[in-house]
Order: sequence, then C-alpha cells, then structure tokens
Amino acid sequence: MNPEKPAAPAVDRRNFLKRATSAGTAAFVAAAQQSTADAAPQTSAPAAAVEVLTTDRPGADFMVDAIKSLGFEYIAANPGSSFRGLHESMINYGGNLNPQFITCCHEESAVAMAHGYAKIEGKPMCVFIHATVGLMHASMAIYNAYVDRVPIYMLLGNMMNASTRRPALDFVHSAQDIAAMVREYVKWDDMPMSLESFAESAVRGYRIAMTPPTMPVLLVADINLQEDPVPAGANLRIPKLTLPHPPQGDSGAVQEAAKLLFECEHPVIVVDRSARTQAGLDHLVELAELLQAPVLDQLGRMNFPSRHALNQYDRSRAVLAEADVILGLELLDFWGVVNSFRDQLQRSSTPLVKPEAKLISITVSDLYMKSNYQDLHRFREVDVDIAADAEATVPLLIEAIKRMMTPDRRRAFDARGAKLAATRQQLLEKARDDASYGWDASPISVARLCAEVWDAIQHEDWSFVSYSKYLSRWPQRLWDFTKYHQFIGGSGGVGIGYNAPASVGAALANRKHGRLTVNIQGDGDLMYAPGVLWTSAHHKIPLLSIVHNNRAYHAEVMQAQLMTNRHNRGVDRAQTLTSLTNPNIDFSGLAKSLGVYGEGPITDPKDLGAAIRRAIAVVKRGEPALVDVVSQGR
Amino acid sequence: MKRHLLQIAFAVLAGLSAASAQKAAAPSAGDAEKGRQLYLKIGCWECHGRQAQGGGYTGPRLAPDPTPIEGLIWYVRQPTGDMPPYTAKVVSDQELGDIYAFLRSVPRPPAAKTIPILK
Repeated sequence: MNPEKPAAPAVDRRNFLKRATSAGTAAFVAAAQQSTADAAPQTSAPAAAVEVLTTDRPGADFMVDAIKSLGFEYIAANPGSSFRGLHESMINYGGNLNPQFITCCHEESAVAMAHGYAKIEGKPMCVFIHATVGLMHASMAIYNAYVDRVPIYMLLGNMMNASTRRPALDFVHSAQDIAAMVREYVKWDDMPMSLESFAESAVRGYRIAMTPPTMPVLLVADINLQEDPVPAGANLRIPKLTLPHPPQGDSGAVQEAAKLLFECEHPVIVVDRSARTQAGLDHLVELAELLQAPVLDQLGRMNFPSRHALNQYDRSRAVLAEADVILGLELLDFWGVVNSFRDQLQRSSTPLVKPEAKLISITVSDLYMKSNYQDLHRFREVDVDIAADAEATVPLLIEAIKRMMTPDRRRAFDARGAKLAATRQQLLEKARDDASYGWDASPISVARLCAEVWDAIQHEDWSFVSYSKYLSRWPQRLWDFTKYHQFIGGSGGVGIGYNAPASVGAALANRKHGRLTVNIQGDGDLMYAPGVLWTSAHHKIPLLSIVHNNRAYHAEVMQAQLMTNRHNRGVDRAQTLTSLTNPNIDFSGLAKSLGVYGEGPITDPKDLGAAIRRAIAVVKRGEPALVDVVSQGR
Repeated sequence: MKRHLLQIAFAVLAGLSAASAQKAAAPSAGDAEKGRQLYLKIGCWECHGRQAQGGGYTGPRLAPDPTPIEGLIWYVRQPTGDMPPYTAKVVSDQELGDIYAFLRSVPRPPAAKTIPILK
C-alpha cells in the first residue's frame, strides 16, 4: 500500500491520516514516505500512525485575522508551546505588527503590563498565556485587574483532544475546563471549538471586556484549532465589533439625586473609579463646580485635579461630618467611606456622617457580581441607588441641576465654594510645611523623595503610574495633577508584584504620546518579578523608576508590630520576616544587569535631585532608567 | 481614611485635660540617645518616621515640640486611634521618658518657605 501524497494544504489534516504499512517508516512528509515505502521490506511490524501536519493555511492564521480586527497594538506574552501555532502565525502571517509581541519573563508580568496599559490607553492589551502553568502564574495579576475593573484580553492555549497530545508534556499542560481556575475573577471565558465560533467569541469577548464594568476576559484557543488547516471551503468571517454605550442612570432617579444635591447645604462628592477618560474627569469638575461641593478622591483613578479648590481630601473627616448629602461615584466601599473601623484594643466601628445624611450611589458594579471573592465589601446602605455607569451619568446629573438653578442658590453655592477655596490653599501650605520635617534625613523621607521627583518632572508632560497610598499620598499633596493620564490608581486586588510590570505597561502606552512615565517603585514589589526591567530595556520602553527602597515589606512591618503589641511581647521583633536587608538589595546593579540604566543607592537627599535628572535624560532618549533611593517607610 | 483617626487622636492628646494627664506620673529626665535607640528598636519609626516627622497617613508628627510627657505616656498605654498599645510590660515609663528626651532633641527643620523646591 502506498501512502497517499497530501493534496492541497487547505484541507483538514484529519483527512490525511493514513496507515503506513512499512516497518521503520514514521511520520514524515509525503514525499519521503513515498520513497521509503518503495524500498521497505515487508514485515509484520505494527502499523504506525502518520499524521501530516504541514499546511500553508493553519487555523491560527484566521485567528490572527480575528485578533487583528480588534485593533490591539501589543500582545504581552511569555512563550508557551500551547500557543505555538498562534505564535508562529502572528510572526509570519501577521508580520508581528498590530499587534506586536512584547516579550515578558513571567505571565504575571504580562497580565500586569496589560493592566497598566489599559488604564492609560483606555482599551485592552492582548495577552497570550500558556496552558495550565502559565495561567497559574498569571492568576494573581488577573485577580488584580478583576478587582480594579480593568479590561484585559487573554488568549490561553489548551488541547482538548487527548489523542493528539504529545506524551507527558501536553497532558500536564491541558485541562478539561482550563478556565475554571480563574473563572471567579474573569468576566467571561469561552472555549470555541471551530474557527467560526472562535471569530464570534473573539469579538464577543472584546465587547464584554469593554462594557462597564470593564474586566478581564479569557478565550481558550485549542491547540488543534490553531494548528489544523483551515477547512477547505470554509466560509469564515469575522463579525463587526460595535461597543455598547455604557448604561446611564434612570432619568427619575437622576432627577431625585439632583434635587437632593441642589437643595442641601453641605453636599459632598466622593469618587473612586469614577472617571474612565479625560471627559469623565472634566465632567466631574463641572459637577463639583456647579454645586461648589467638596470632592473626596479615593484615588481609584485620576478623578479630580489634586490642587482644585474643591479637592478637600485632607479634610475628609470634617467634610463628611457636616455633610447632609453624599454622592458616591463608583465607590466599591461606600460603607468604608462613611464609617471608621478600628481593629485595635477593641474592634469597633463608628459612623462618620450624621444619621440624617442622605447617601446617593451611582455605580455600575451591581450590574456584574460574583460570589466567591469578597470584593463586594460591606453592604451599601443608601437612599438613592443608581445602577449605572458614573461617567455616563454625571452629565445627566449636571443638566438636571442646571435646570433647577436659581440666582439665590447660585449665590449660596458660590459662598460655599469661597470657603472651601480658602481651606484648600491652607491644605497646600500645610502639606509643604509637613514635608519640611525630616527634610535632610537619611534614609530619605518619602515627602522629600516625592518633592524631588516633582521638582524634576513638573515642566514635562508626565504620567505618574504608581499607587500613592503607599507613599502617604505625598504626590497628591504636593504635585499638581490635572490630566487623566497623570494617575492610574492602584492594583485593585492589592496583590504585590503589580506595580513594576503595570508601570512598564503604562509606559508602553504612553510611549507613542511622548509622555514621561514616572514610577515610584516599591522595593518589595519589584522583587516579585524584576525580569520586567529586562522587558522594558529590550523593547525600549521609556520609564523612569525611582525605587522607594525602604528595605522592607513595610505594610507588613506595621502589621507585625501591631500583633506584637496586641500580644504584649516582642515589640522589637517586627522586622523578622518583613525586612529586606542583610544583604541589602542593589537595585541599581540589578537594573544594569537587565540592560536598564541604574543609579544608586542614593542615601543623601542632597544627591537625589541630580540623580533623578540624569535618569530623566536617559528616559528622554527612549530608554528605561532606575534610581535606587534608600528611603523611610511611608 | 481611617488613618485620620490617629491624627485626630493625637490632636485630642495635645489637649488632654490636666486630670487625665495626672494619671501618669512623669518619669525622671530621660536620655535622648537611649531614647533614639529605643524609638527605632520598638518600632515607633515605622509609622511616625525616623525623625518623628510623621508618616503622612500612618502616624502624626511627634517632634519637634512633642506633646507633654504625661500625655505621651497616657496615650501610648491606651491609644484611641490605629496605634497599637505599648504596655508597661514592653516599655517602661522610664523608657518612654528616654524616648521623650529624644523627641525633644529633634531639631526644628528649615521653614518650608526657605526650601526652594517646596515653594
């Protein structure tokens, strides 16, 4: 029996599965099989299965078409054999352009890069993830993005057909329900088993990820679907992508909220992940100025200008105490805003607002809920609850209040605003005064560190991509934040290891805009996956990283201290397990070893400004740079 | 936001009534160097900064011009904010006196208005 020569490549390879009867012949291409069969001796050896795998048109090519249709700029990935088909097609068929691969050293870094990217660019980055083990690596970063309500588009390899798996490796890298391990913290997942359904799922997934509440989605790309030829005569098409408009609040409820805000004497606006765009920020400013209401920014996003006269965060307790109406915009934890919780000698909670204060919530969170992970926080007990997107609803609220406006109320609002403006200036003066204490200290105070960074960047088009709460909010206290891209909030899930890769992802998004991306980088966070520094060097991603090197997991230092005190023993031992000393980590050396410009450790605050400026010069050449600053805790 | 509790608590502390303050007996004059070492050893710096300059939202400024020693001892024993309590078992009144001496020794920083990058 002669093995058949494969015909045109655009035929399902299953049609080519033939039995080779010649002993010693194995899986070779057809031409080789032909010559071998002619010469082979007739024996009784068992038949070997031959499956011809060559094709000019693998399914992955069509998958690449579908992926390209979604407008991705980049694919962050650590290579993995479970997406080798897609990998090859993206390079050779797709030209490694739009999207382009970004080589990552860890799947967690890849997803966290996409997390930072999305918060700057306002759209998802694609991430390819290796089956089972790669997804396990990625899982913490996925959880962060889920809690932070950030869209990420993930493609995951897997092989459902056990008979085509390579022995050993493919079995341990396959699962019956591979998305199960992250299903509780992705918005949607799917495992299409045909190219037709892949295209639909690819577009559907993008749409789901981008519909508020935005979240990560996961699409499983079966290995055989990637590597098998596109079926002959297949009528494949990619559906059109149309993003839904985010939901606006019910008109009656918006009117009710507007009336409460308009008629009260002390309205307060509290925001967390309120703004998704510059327009969202601008509308919030308009609303606050219309009402002349103080704004308390929880820093989930760049919601409100830091030096605006109505930004009253540093007076939060006083502002809340006199509030008669509180408008919460995309607050994940409204209860935590209006209550204090003490976990010390006794566990207790105390309301921070008057009992008669009316609470209004506008959040899209309730439109997509899951049960297991408890990021739903305490119950939100409010008076007007609007299940809608805050950014989309604020303009309606503005119009409703404008319709009510009278000259008398306008005067009253302006008088309220004048008082707030006076206090805002005092808050700025106080922040500067506070920053002067410990000014010449070594280790360098966090206030001095942030002041030096601000002095160096303030005349640039800068983008600060770190979380300020670990910096005692010094950037917001001292810097002048006005634009949406100047701040991106935190990790969401408070999973350490987020900041370093997220900052690289944000810098990648900022690169084409020519912005100076600034990262004040925790030492403990950087040590989770420092390989992302190499990624920034390899892809020439300009990023200024200032290592806030307090040589500890400082939050945990304080937690360990709390326990020793609570248990009345060993109050001098909180450093055990929590410090990063002996040896001290040489972050400058680490950076240099990974191809990144490095300076430090800087211990004398007088040396800091010049070091930052030298690093900025490197970044302006289009490269990453790092300055290691030996700093105080917070 | 709950960090404000601590700040408020210390504000209250500064204005403690004489009656409350009298509950804690003032220790003899402390040793500033011993106090500095203790301040670092038992973790005060973690929230209040190494020069007691305050840690923003983690803990208020303690120096220069610390609150009176009686008030300091009273608060350390029974804090009302997020600060963990330090009982006499883990730090004595005399040791707190040393810490107080250290806090008194911390020099006043240059005025913010004289620091060019803070203007």
